[in-house]
Amino acid sequence: MTSSSMADTRPVDVTSWIGGYPFREVPHPDPEILVRVLDREGFAAAWVGHLPGAFYRDPVPSNRALYTAVAPFAGVLLPAPIVRPDWPGWTEMLRDAVNAGAPAVRAYPAQWGLGPGHPAMAELAFACGEAGVALHVTVRFEDLRQRHLMDGAGDVPAATLRALARLAGSHCHLVVAGAGRELIEETHWGLTPPEQQRVFYDFGWVWGPPEDHFAHLIATIGAERLAWSSWWPLRLTQQSRALVDLLPPYTPSPRAEPNLADGRSIFGAARCAAKSRPAAEHRAGTTSATNR
Amino acid sequence: MTTVIDVHAHFHTPSSNRSDWQRYNASRLDAGDRIGVVCHVASVLGSWGATSPTYFASPDDQTRANDWMFDFADEQSPRVKAWVAVNPNYTAHALAEIERGIARGAIGIKLAAGRRADDALLDDIAAAAAQYGVPVLQHIWQHRRRDWPNQDASDGIELARLAARHPRTTFLLAHIGGGGDWAHTNPAVRDLENIVMDLSGSGIDRGMIDDALRWVGARRLLWAADLTLCTGLTKLRALPYTGASDDDLSDMYWRNAVRLFPAGAFTDALSRVGATPGATV
Repeated sequence: MTSSSMADTRPVDVTSWIGGYPFREVPHPDPEILVRVLDREGFAAAWVGHLPGAFYRDPVPSNRALYTAVAPFAGVLLPAPIVRPDWPGWTEMLRDAVNAGAPAVRAYPAQWGLGPGHPAMAELAFACGEAGVALHVTVRFEDLRQRHLMDGAGDVPAATLRALARLAGSHCHLVVAGAGRELIEETHWGLTPPEQQRVFYDFGWVWGPPEDHFAHLIATIGAERLAWSSWWPLRLTQQSRALVDLLPPYTPSPRAEPNLADGRSIFGAARCAAKSRPAAEHRAGTTSATNR
Repeated sequence: MTTVIDVHAHFHTPSSNRSDWQRYNASRLDAGDRIGVVCHVASVLGSWGATSPTYFASPDDQTRANDWMFDFADEQSPRVKAWVAVNPNYTAHALAEIERGIARGAIGIKLAAGRRADDALLDDIAAAAAQYGVPVLQHIWQHRRRDWPNQDASDGIELARLAARHPRTTFLLAHIGGGGDWAHTNPAVRDLENIVMDLSGSGIDRGMIDDALRWVGARRLLWAADLTLCTGLTKLRALPYTGASDDDLSDMYWRNAVRLFPAGAFTDALSRVGATPGATV
């Protein structure tokens, strides 16, 4: 992240992509358009993934395309490349991401068939914690009711998220994208307080009024666990701002907005944790025996 | 602030299976005020599952729900108007409820998913809508590929069959963002001018509104929210970036609603914000 974007107090979007989607057309998913949309919608920058790569087997060509595409927009489009931990050479993928200044790496366990507690995902989480980058997991791309017949991957379950957050001695900061209230609560309240502090939820899929799930989550799990996102190019980018603007009067108004998380604060926390390398928070979590 | 009419709203009642029904209703009205909704055209679907299924409401539950809705519309006038909701499996009851509802001030007929839209049992209801000069709001599952639990969902093709049989009735196809494959709906209804569509639902896919505009045009699209006013606000803020003209935007925000519903239905609500429907139709 550049100094110019650090000086910008507007939030950094944690969930956006460039590139096409295999199951329907998405309008002009090009980086130069994303730059304009981010500015229009009040984002300083974005963690950007390469959407087609989520459906590839080998992520390397996808990452190569991502680095090339965002290079002209350094400081605004921050690469969030894919690291597939059950694929040969994944540690090099992570090393390349760190060298490229990535604030986060993306994993798609549902698309790769990696279920809850899979040792490869645990290894990736440990490595991200050591490297000081966040681990970004996309729960879903589309609503279940509209999925293409060939899209049989399913949603990432809360059990997968809890398993990653519970790894004993891990410093991994986890960002969950696409979760609704139920999945967020099932994850958050299934973790110890120290584990909870390392998990963030992109709130773009949470419902506002009249159900008021977003206000409920701010009041219960805390605004600092909920992160700004645009979900470009799949979803309308105005949703996060709409949710904040429609918070009930008894929660902070737009003039005194809740202290929501964003890409800047999460990356800062991930880097800080990696530098300080504190002793294991507790010994109750899942062990790291992953000898695959 | 943009002026909008929400043509697809719901409220809860003391007979709903949720204890926070008053908070829910207050939240809808408050958020609507902040968005610029001058009128919520709303229905109550039976007991919302408490004593009979939401989409297969018993006659007694639906009568009780309609009574509550009519009273609430009176109490909240002019910012709330009522759809009279009916279960087509009980034809005589449905027709009586429609007659009673129109007399109580309802401005349209709400059909959920108690029967497929192309079922012959809907013919008398569609004819009644033409007789009273009110639209029918039909719950739709965009591209239904299988049966879903607790409802006889219909899709655009099935509604198109009904609309073809009743050219004098206007049908409002519900929530293109409310689940299923919205891309399927546009070509399914394109040639049926008596089908218009609402934009409501939790779905906010990029391309969805643009696609609908290309296929059926702004005169056949109505802004609405259904269960999520947050996604309603998102669509409201996204609409100006679709390339629609100011006239097209006003059509989708509220002018199409003025044309769709009986004359004068929104005059009082619009007069509060200075809009003049007579000058724009």
